[in-house]
Amino acid sequence: MTTRIDARFAELAKEGRSAFVTFLMAGDPDPLTSLDIIKALPKAGADIIEIGMPFTDPMADGPSIQAAGLRALKGGMTLRKTLEMVRGFRKEDDTTPLVLMGYYNPIYIYGVDKFLSDAKTAGVDGLIIVDLPPEEDDELCIPALEAGLNFIRLATPTTDDKRLPAVLANTSGFVYYVSITGITGAAAADSKVVGDAVARIKRHTKLPVCVGFGIRTPQAARAIAEKANGAVVGTALVDALRDSLDAQGQATAKTVAAVADVVASLAQGVRGAKQAAE
Amino acid sequence: MNQRLPNSFRTGPDERGHFGNFGGRFVAETLMPLILDLEKAYAAAKADPSFQAEMNGYLKDYVGRPSPLYFAERLTEHLGGARIYLKREELNHTGSHKVNNVLGQIMVARRMGKKRIIAETGAGQHGVATATLCARFGLECVVYMGAVDVARQAPNVFRMEMLGAKVVPVQSGTRTLKDAMNEALRDWVTNVHDTFYCIGTVAGPHPYPMMVRDFQSVIGEETRKQMQEAEGRLPDSLVACIGGGSNAMGLFHPFLDDPSVEIFGVEAAGHGLTQLHAASIAGGRPGVLHGNRTYLLMDDDGQIQDAHSISAGLDYPGIGPEHSWLHETGRVTYLSATDDEALDAFMLLSRLEGIPPALESAHAIAKVTELAPKRPKDHLMVVNLSGRGDKDIPQITEILKGRKQ
Repeated sequence: MTTRIDARFAELAKEGRSAFVTFLMAGDPDPLTSLDIIKALPKAGADIIEIGMPFTDPMADGPSIQAAGLRALKGGMTLRKTLEMVRGFRKEDDTTPLVLMGYYNPIYIYGVDKFLSDAKTAGVDGLIIVDLPPEEDDELCIPALEAGLNFIRLATPTTDDKRLPAVLANTSGFVYYVSITGITGAAAADSKVVGDAVARIKRHTKLPVCVGFGIRTPQAARAIAEKANGAVVGTALVDALRDSLDAQGQATAKTVAAVADVVASLAQGVRGAKQAAE
Repeated sequence: MNQRLPNSFRTGPDERGHFGNFGGRFVAETLMPLILDLEKAYAAAKADPSFQAEMNGYLKDYVGRPSPLYFAERLTEHLGGARIYLKREELNHTGSHKVNNVLGQIMVARRMGKKRIIAETGAGQHGVATATLCARFGLECVVYMGAVDVARQAPNVFRMEMLGAKVVPVQSGTRTLKDAMNEALRDWVTNVHDTFYCIGTVAGPHPYPMMVRDFQSVIGEETRKQMQEAEGRLPDSLVACIGGGSNAMGLFHPFLDDPSVEIFGVEAAGHGLTQLHAASIAGGRPGVLHGNRTYLLMDDDGQIQDAHSISAGLDYPGIGPEHSWLHETGRVTYLSATDDEALDAFMLLSRLEGIPPALESAHAIAKVTELAPKRPKDHLMVVNLSGRGDKDIPQITEILKGRKQ
């Protein structure tokens, strides 16, 4: 099975560079603006797009992404509408990989089989579900792989060599290395330490390894892109979006461009990396 | 009930932390290795007779166990039915059952070499118990408490601070117990290396629901023995209030395989089950939150809903997974009591027995006033008086003032 994610990493390998992976919350601050932002991402330099599925209780997220989720929910966002948004994006773009990221409960309530079938049809390529470790693979991971979706697992500094094989066993698409022990938007990780961690993971898998949590600037994105197959940025984009809103938290004429500008400058950082990781 | 009844209700959870379809380990990868370590450390402690001996020593001389099983003579006369016994957990050091579990977990934390303890708290009873034992063992203590609860449970906030704990008011989400738990999990994920998360109820990822139940089971084990001494037989029914459900599970678990014992859990019905409430079984459905699958209050999109109860300790949109299983198997009957019923019960027990119950425990008393009159005079009913009402007096004074106006 080859997904858009596999195809994208193959292209990037040919180009000899790492991927720039963006994260934004679906429906932030409202469904229409959110779709416009997502549509603007590939042109601004995003290679892979992660879309957050809003949830009331995001246990692994810091204040910025918590607030983004609450703005989206307040704007009426639901999982059904997130899938509609993916369909809207796919009308214009059939190559950029889309990954849905979030927590399990909304999917569980939607119904696992129905969700996987609707997501696949809508044009979703992969899933990152924060609260589903390999110990719970029967819930969604195995059915997702059977449905032809990538299941992208998080590896963390606490995932030691003994545990890595279990974490990687049913992982596909890429491995998302969480560079710190902590929540999204927290302090940045040292790129040397990250490099060692990526090398450690690569001893266990042939999959690309992308690194996220704590990357906010083009310089940091570049440093990570020199050590890994991709750099993931979320909080910095969500913050740029938030800063463009009016006093009532509504989108303004600047909102889409504000996010696209930050994406463009971070993308330049990634593209300026001296040499992509093997 | 779509599953075969088990031979025993006391063998759970399975090795993956499941009680039937409930429980499990739904946590971020960062926490997974810690939870596996904890499972191992707890299994080793459980198998070590010196651990049990040391714990029993503290339970006796520090906590003040066994707690009495008291025959509530005037309440019994007033209701005119079953003989009502109160299991006096409110007489424990720190004023509630919470200390039983905290003592156990702190001793496990010490075995694991952890120096920093974090906890979430609703009414503040678990926070106070944690702050107390951290003071006793010289451990750093950080307690997360929803900002709404900080305001309505001021005496307990002061107590925790006096004991040397840092109380962090949580401003995210609905600013109550569930948000305090989210924030504690965020702390844990950030400080994995030195921090032990002391969960206050029979919820969270495996092994917490099992471990907390084991530490609280001292309540039911003592009750068996004490009722045998008082009446020469088992009780006929048990009643306990349920937020997460740890005092209830502690009382119920040793009796689950005695079919003659009727068991009632009482959830918080808040303003009523058709309005704002905290009754996850009566008004919720199975979902996944805070590391386990269990009954939760949520909307059709799977978003967690605000719970409401007059009692901060019951103001949680979920329930321990073992309770969800006991509900589905039919072994335990889950009822609910409204804010007003709990207030009336608070006054009733204060006036008849001279024992102001915690607003949490008052929910159980409220249902006793309905259940006891319908039962014969030789029926033995035990209600868990899980906490004392002192902490609630400022809040109740305000409410009663409001009623008079």
